[in-house]
Amino acid sequence: YGLMLLFAWLSPSQALYFHIGETEKKCFIEEIPDETMVIGTYKTQLWDKQTGSFLPSTPGLGMHVEIKDPDAKVIILSRQYGSDGRFTFTSHTPGEHQICLHSNSTKMALFAGGKLRVHLDIQVGEHTNNYPEIAAKDKLTELQLRVRQLLDQVEQIQKEQNYQRYREERFRMTSESTNQRVLWWSIAQTFILIITGIWQMRHLKSFFEAKKLV
Amino acid sequence: MRYPFLLILAVYIAFANATELTFELPDNEKQCFYEDLEQGAKFDIDFQVIAGGNYDVDCFVTDPLNNMLYQERKKQYDSFSHTTTMKGVYKVCFSNEFSTFSHKTVYLDFRTGEDDRLMPDMNGATALTQMESACLSIHEILKVVSDSQTWYRLREAQDRIRAEDLNERMHFWSIGETIILFVVCIGQVLMLKSFFSEKKANVATST
Repeated sequence: YGLMLLFAWLSPSQALYFHIGETEKKCFIEEIPDETMVIGTYKTQLWDKQTGSFLPSTPGLGMHVEIKDPDAKVIILSRQYGSDGRFTFTSHTPGEHQICLHSNSTKMALFAGGKLRVHLDIQVGEHTNNYPEIAAKDKLTELQLRVRQLLDQVEQIQKEQNYQRYREERFRMTSESTNQRVLWWSIAQTFILIITGIWQMRHLKSFFEAKKLV
Repeated sequence: MRYPFLLILAVYIAFANATELTFELPDNEKQCFYEDLEQGAKFDIDFQVIAGGNYDVDCFVTDPLNNMLYQERKKQYDSFSHTTTMKGVYKVCFSNEFSTFSHKTVYLDFRTGEDDRLMPDMNGATALTQMESACLSIHEILKVVSDSQTWYRLREAQDRIRAEDLNERMHFWSIGETIILFVVCIGQVLMLKSFFSEKKANVATST
């Protein structure tokens, strides 16, 4: 009973929603530092042509969730969840993770005229912590809970700063690579230009001498 | 948990909810997000274009009666706040319909509600001790720090994508230019030679 209420609190009845086609795939990018937990909850509703509104729930309607890490490797096997679902993952490399959703509808894109309404809520880092649960489990007072929250926030800020350092290094490497390449290509092209100029002159000179025009 | 009806009530009290989404908007397409809001609820929308083309996107926000609350064309980043005057579904849309071949990556931050309660049954009206109010201030400041970090992360992502794009384009253009150089050089010589080979007889007779 209590668990059901807890799930009612977790399900995104108030969350942002958007529409996708039945066979359409929608992807979201999450740029996160490493060792960060991400929890996503979604709820899908199918458009009912007869009533002209979205059905509250459709049995058999599921969503494939595919999550890729920054190296484009799939870290969550494209698992099929029900029409109400929740997915969780913890990042092991910092960078851009991609969360893709598409429904498990087997219709082809041409015949699938249905629209789906997807409620989605993605929480990252310290927002994934369920504080009432932690308070109940560790028997903390309000003040202790608040301090625990502050600790989580500070930890997340620290992770983000480490990630920032890593990103800056990558940016610097790209800039230096561009700088190097511009330098070498300019020198090479000038060299090639001079060489071809000289070759052209010599070739034409010998050609005209052969033709007895010079 | 002793008063389940209170918990159910807590679900419907507007407590802070924030959704951050980064999505790709293909060219000539529109993407809309909807949120069901109560009357008198305050919401903030922040968006930023991270990658693609001229780094701009059209954005508009409508209320349940389809009145335009906010409309901007070709904006790179912006912030919008509003307190709702009626209950219903509010819509925020991003359009890339003016672009023919560049798809954009857009970051959206949609924040609703005001209370930031740690636990549903915490009563915000009681007086806080000095310790509690100090902790609350630290919490608010850390939220600002976190938002700041997000801002920097997005700016950095935008610059980094631009730099990587530049690097790649520069590389390919250089290779292309070198090839064109060779082709033009050899082509000039061959063409010149062909002029003199054909008209050699004419030149000899005319002079």
